[in-house]
Amino acid sequence: MAITWSSFLKVTLRLLEGFENTCLIFALTLVLALPLGLVISFGSMSKFKPLAYLTKVFVWIIRGVPLMLQVFVVFYVPRLLWDLPAFSRFNAVIVAFVINYACYFSEIYRGGIEGIPRGQYEAGEVLGMTKSQIFFKVILMQVVKRIIPPMSNEIITLVKDTALARVIMVVEILKVAEEYTAHALIWPMFYTAVFYLAFVGILTLLFGFIEKKLDYYKV
Amino acid sequence: MALLEVKNITKRFGKTEVLKGIDFSLEKGQVLSIIGSSGSGKTTLLRCLNFLETPDTGVISVDGSAIFDAAEHKKKSAAEIRESRLRFGLVFQSFNLFPQYSVMENLTLAPKLRAKEEAKQSKLPHAELKQKFAEIEEHAAELLAAVGLSEKKDAYPCQLSGGQQQRVSIARALAMKPDILCFDEPTSALDPELTGEVLKVIKELRDEGRTMIVVTHEMDFARQVSDHIIFMANGIIEEEGAPEKVFGAPESPLLQSFLKGIG
Ligand SMILES: Nc1ncnc2c1ncn2[C@@H]1O[C@H](COP(=O)(O)OP(=O)(O)OP(=O)(O)O)[C@@H](O)[C@H]1O
Ligand SMILES: [Mg+2]
Repeated sequence: MAITWSSFLKVTLRLLEGFENTCLIFALTLVLALPLGLVISFGSMSKFKPLAYLTKVFVWIIRGVPLMLQVFVVFYVPRLLWDLPAFSRFNAVIVAFVINYACYFSEIYRGGIEGIPRGQYEAGEVLGMTKSQIFFKVILMQVVKRIIPPMSNEIITLVKDTALARVIMVVEILKVAEEYTAHALIWPMFYTAVFYLAFVGILTLLFGFIEKKLDYYKV
Repeated sequence: MALLEVKNITKRFGKTEVLKGIDFSLEKGQVLSIIGSSGSGKTTLLRCLNFLETPDTGVISVDGSAIFDAAEHKKKSAAEIRESRLRFGLVFQSFNLFPQYSVMENLTLAPKLRAKEEAKQSKLPHAELKQKFAEIEEHAAELLAAVGLSEKKDAYPCQLSGGQQQRVSIARALAMKPDILCFDEPTSALDPELTGEVLKVIKELRDEGRTMIVVTHEMDFARQVSDHIIFMANGIIEEEGAPEKVFGAPESPLLQSFLKGIG
């Protein structure tokens, strides 16, 4: 079938609607998983060993099981086991994504924090700074600089992972395209790549910009 | 009365007793050098003075008042410890400058945070805090001039040579106005051609009358700059005295062989 201008426009608009949801899943996951990851990383670095072990086991499970499976678990398990008023489809996706990404982020944070030399803390201490002053004024910006490259990798992966939402029938761009495929229209599926590439392209530029901004110091 | 009085400091890490009872005192304006072979406990002693390690026993007094007493240490609050540790400054072997801050900011960060806290507690008006900040900056500029780095005030640590970084870290320690400034092998991370500029700064500080404790492997420097030398071995003060005596007529066999090994 030939692609006419009008069909192209119609498909574009429909895909954009799906893409809106893709962006929403992306943004919500990011905004919630970034701080939750920090909490988890503090848990895994805790001096209270049982908490540290428990957190590490949890992170191991979350990182060791496919995200798709986790989406199923969050959506189906509460209603099958306990007959709970379970999450809506969309919320189940967000919950599964946030937990999954928070665990990945927590490991990145942990690596970043543990990589800061002891001397930085000690220099702050002998200058009479408090523990929280040392963390927020000395350590944090060094951690940020260290974690930007691995974080940008994870965040770019997240863009593409949003496509998993469709396994429990949540609408996003690829789901919309699949509906066309079901009607024997194949090109919209390939066309979605343009949207993903544009999104990832913008993120790549953004991270490049941030890295350049932080180029004035070395850690 | 001595400015610093250290009595019976002991410290063990697990099974090894690293400090086995250290006693010494230091007069205001004097320079004490600590020498000794690797592992003898010199760094641990300095870290105890700066509250980076907590001694197991002993008392540290400054100006006649005990700022550390092992028997009572557990009762002290973090704020009290913070107050006490400011009697000492420490210059690290590896500089430990804050990489994300300019030279000037490295010097003013801690004093400004402190001024801000004090202002909050005493409900100081904003204008007076600003005045305090200006004073802190002025003091920092003087210190940078004293270590010969005025023109580097806006540079970042990664743009400086090792010798320059160490001079900045000396100025940074002085910005907190410590009574006693400690150095842990301030030149041993430096290329040989850069040690001179750092040692020169320490000499100038001595001439200004600063009270200092220097752990060093530079024997010539220790001999020139010190009023008193302590030789440590295996966690005790094996021998001490004026530089002429320690270097010229060492009594302990350990010190004799240590000086031979160095020379
Ligand atoms: N945090 C620690 N835990 C366990 N052992 C330690 C610790 N810090 C120091 N030690 C041990 O204490 C002993 C004294 O160490 P210290 O660093 O005080 O020696 P030093 O005289 O400064 O040696 P150097 O000349 O090599 O710097 C060493 O045997 C060291 O291994
Ligand atoms: Mg040492």
